[in-house]
Amino acid sequence: MHAKRERIRNFCIIAHIDHGKSTLADRLLEYTGALTGRKMQEQVLDTMDLERERGITIKLQAVRLRYRSRDGGEYQLNLIDTPGHVDFSYEVSRSLAACEGALLVVDASQGIEAQTLANVYLALDHNLAIIPVINKIDLPSADPDRVRRELEDVIGLDGNTAILASAKVGIGVGEILERIVQDIPPPAGASTAPLRALIFDSHYDAYKGVITYVRVVDGRLEPGMPIRLMATGGEFEVSEIGIFTPAPVTVPALQAGEVGFVAAGIKNVKDCRVGDTITAVRQPAAAPLPGYRRVKPMVYCGLYPVDGAEFGRLRDALDRLSLNDASLVYEPESSLALGFGFRCGFLGLLHMEIIQERLEREYGLDLITTAPSVVYRVTRTNGTVTEIQNPAQVPPAQEIARMEEPFVLASIMLPQDYIGPVMELCQGRRGVFRNMEYIGPQRVLITYELPLSEIIYDFFDRLKSSTRGYASLDYDYLGYREAKLVRVDILVSGERLDALSIIVHRDKAYERSRVIVEQLRDLIPRHTFEVVIQAAIGQKVIARERIKALRKNVLDKCYGGDVTRKRKLLERQKEGKKRMKQVGHVNIPQEAFMSVLSVGENKR
Amino acid sequence: MKVGLYLHVPFCRRKCAYCDFVSYPAATADTAGYVRAVQTEITRRGEAVRDRLTLAGLYVGGGTPTVLTADALAAILATVRRHFHWPENLEATVEANPETVCLSGLEKLRRSGINRISIGMQAAQDSLLAVLGRGHRFADVRAAVRAARRAGYTNLNLDLISGIPGQTLRDWRRTLAAALALEPEHIAAYSLEIPPGSVLAVRLARGELPAVPEEEAYEMFQTTREVLVKAGFEHYEIANFARPGYACRHNLIYWMNEPYLGFGPAAHSHWNGCRWANEKDPAVYAARLAAGEWPVAEREELDLVTQMGETMFLGLRLRRGVGREQFRRRFGLDLETVYGAGISRLKEQGLLEEQDGYLRLTERGLPVANVVFENFVGGAFCVSKPPSAGGAAVGAT
Repeated sequence: MHAKRERIRNFCIIAHIDHGKSTLADRLLEYTGALTGRKMQEQVLDTMDLERERGITIKLQAVRLRYRSRDGGEYQLNLIDTPGHVDFSYEVSRSLAACEGALLVVDASQGIEAQTLANVYLALDHNLAIIPVINKIDLPSADPDRVRRELEDVIGLDGNTAILASAKVGIGVGEILERIVQDIPPPAGASTAPLRALIFDSHYDAYKGVITYVRVVDGRLEPGMPIRLMATGGEFEVSEIGIFTPAPVTVPALQAGEVGFVAAGIKNVKDCRVGDTITAVRQPAAAPLPGYRRVKPMVYCGLYPVDGAEFGRLRDALDRLSLNDASLVYEPESSLALGFGFRCGFLGLLHMEIIQERLEREYGLDLITTAPSVVYRVTRTNGTVTEIQNPAQVPPAQEIARMEEPFVLASIMLPQDYIGPVMELCQGRRGVFRNMEYIGPQRVLITYELPLSEIIYDFFDRLKSSTRGYASLDYDYLGYREAKLVRVDILVSGERLDALSIIVHRDKAYERSRVIVEQLRDLIPRHTFEVVIQAAIGQKVIARERIKALRKNVLDKCYGGDVTRKRKLLERQKEGKKRMKQVGHVNIPQEAFMSVLSVGENKR
Repeated sequence: MKVGLYLHVPFCRRKCAYCDFVSYPAATADTAGYVRAVQTEITRRGEAVRDRLTLAGLYVGGGTPTVLTADALAAILATVRRHFHWPENLEATVEANPETVCLSGLEKLRRSGINRISIGMQAAQDSLLAVLGRGHRFADVRAAVRAARRAGYTNLNLDLISGIPGQTLRDWRRTLAAALALEPEHIAAYSLEIPPGSVLAVRLARGELPAVPEEEAYEMFQTTREVLVKAGFEHYEIANFARPGYACRHNLIYWMNEPYLGFGPAAHSHWNGCRWANEKDPAVYAARLAAGEWPVAEREELDLVTQMGETMFLGLRLRRGVGREQFRRRFGLDLETVYGAGISRLKEQGLLEEQDGYLRLTERGLPVANVVFENFVGGAFCVSKPPSAGGAAVGAT
């Protein structure tokens, strides 16, 4: 069962969304006989519905392929899937660390995109052998020569070594497999050394507990072995070891260089974090593998059940989701306006949207989501530093010495025709221009330093619409920087709606506030009294709108004693309000709590 | 045991532009078949009740009851007399459209026991009557009122409609003045509801007619109260005004959530903790009766919470409001126990007030009554204790 180390190749596929990674994975599986025909669903590596719908891979998996190469040798190829989105860049780095090589898949018409580039740089950092694949060459718009030049100009790869392929129609698949064997080095490491296995993913199984996906770097993993997780310190006994073919199959052991899964009766994914090193309790390794880091959520928002009675169900659902998602954090909080809910932390906006959708779709919950916020750092006049995940927690202005917010280095790749609008967008988002370089005759890479908070306010949508969808974005965290930030409160008929408070840059407070109060004016129904909506910084009102009072709403006739019809009418009227939250005497619809989100330049 | 009796005549000469109510063209209708069927229903219901019921009010509505001949109506009323106790002083109303009444017909009805007549005047302007698609002119109203008085009716109602597309506040004042000049004992002033799909709704959607803005409708509503109260009418229900002693007894039965039996197609009944509605189609209605069945299309048993809610939103329509004592006697529970939190919130908002043991809408609450009513439907605020067994015997048998 075990291949000699020289006959093992561990690789992943780096590609931009829609450039054909999943289709190529399918072809590799088919070609090597891991998949016969279409008996499995298309794109087997993307397991969750949501992933398939959005065309994004969230969960990594590892598949072992058996390939007999042209030199007659039989090879064990381990394909490790990677997520494609910037939210999950740490996970990407861990799965790259489990490989010795990567297929770089680039769309023959579209060329290199920002995310691809970011991941290629990550791969190069890990000294991975890169095999460029120009995919979709069967399309009439394919321009492989241009992509070759891009590979040379931007990444410095030899464009002539790129394989021309079409995963869809099966062109180039044989050559890709052959090149994996030739170009990617076999894994280093010694089976006799103390065990060190890198965890690059995990998932929760109701029967076996947490299943960790590992790459054994040194030593050997066997069932019955007591193991220790070096970062979290937890000790467990291995109950099962296996590989994916792609169906899970148990194996007697995993040797240095091999990839597979381990079950050890671990109850919680938080006990075995991605990037941690598994070692043996009896003969432990001296040091863990490098690169482990605790991922911290970058974006927070409040999640509240529309119906307060659903709080328990929401908690259960979050508990359940977090079994499979160590990066999802949540803790109960309460809002005067929304009652009891949770403040949840996510790796990024996509991660947040995915969790929200799963809660609503899989658990049938009706949720109110507050506008996402980044984590601000507040230094008080007494010197204490607090991290603020919820604008409602900002201390009074006189207690604040300074405020800082996270900045990112954003890389945007776009056709040169759109340079103007994109720079304008970044400038409008308090961006600091860093660099611009041509990566081909038509395409440009622009880098900007941007506050993360500006990116989470519909930046993607703006970017897409100002470049007709041709731009791509990636970003890296730069750290915290001081900024002139203020908290804007929203008051409805004099009562502060804590769930609507936002933290914004002082220069933008007026504009944002104006748009929010206008949106609320349109969303909140009329009441029997005038409703006044205000935005205020401290005591100072900076924007104001009013909703005129309802003057007349009365059912007149009672035709022939049809009381039932009247009652049903009133019941419907009331039902409409049930989906609203009552603050003071004012009914506020769910959408209102998201209105701060869509505060783009849409109303300008 | 007392009960209201409603008789529905589902025929009209023509359909009004704002009507989505059950009515069929009189010209092609089998009115003879209708009369037989209604008589069957009354007879069978009368026989089904062990003790002969005393009528608390009688109302013949439609449709246009007066498209039936006076003899046909008299025949139905004779059947009613055979099966129910008809007290001497019973208020018995017939609705009439001005163009369908004649002196001899009115006299015949008077002799068969009808003593109150309700005339659909609607507006004093012929142009607005045309917008409504009514078949009469204002001159017909005057003639109808004169005929009614001559036939001996001393209790007469005029129905008026405000908020007609194109109607101005001045038009409405003139309508009120014209109605007062006819010296009715009772005025029902409704604001126009335009059901989706009706001719008016379509014309409004096409922009052929101007909708009356809410602010204007509100002014009309307030003007009605001002003008009629000044003229000596008592404002006793949201849309109803009467000279002292002339409040419509049958409608009071609805608003006080008391039992009534409805006969005829599409008629509604409230009896013994149930509400039911008859088949709408006169042919289906007649066929089911002929087959020996009850002609009931929908039936709903009211649980206690629903009954309490209906008592509230119907009773609050009355200016007097809902009596605390009456509520307790009926349900065995205090108003506060059931609706305490909501009532105090609505009071705080200035929409409800307390007067002489009655909970009622404030002046401010009147025009937005629906906002108050909705608090009493779809489950109570908090029924903090289970209702006692004694409280469950509600308004029936």
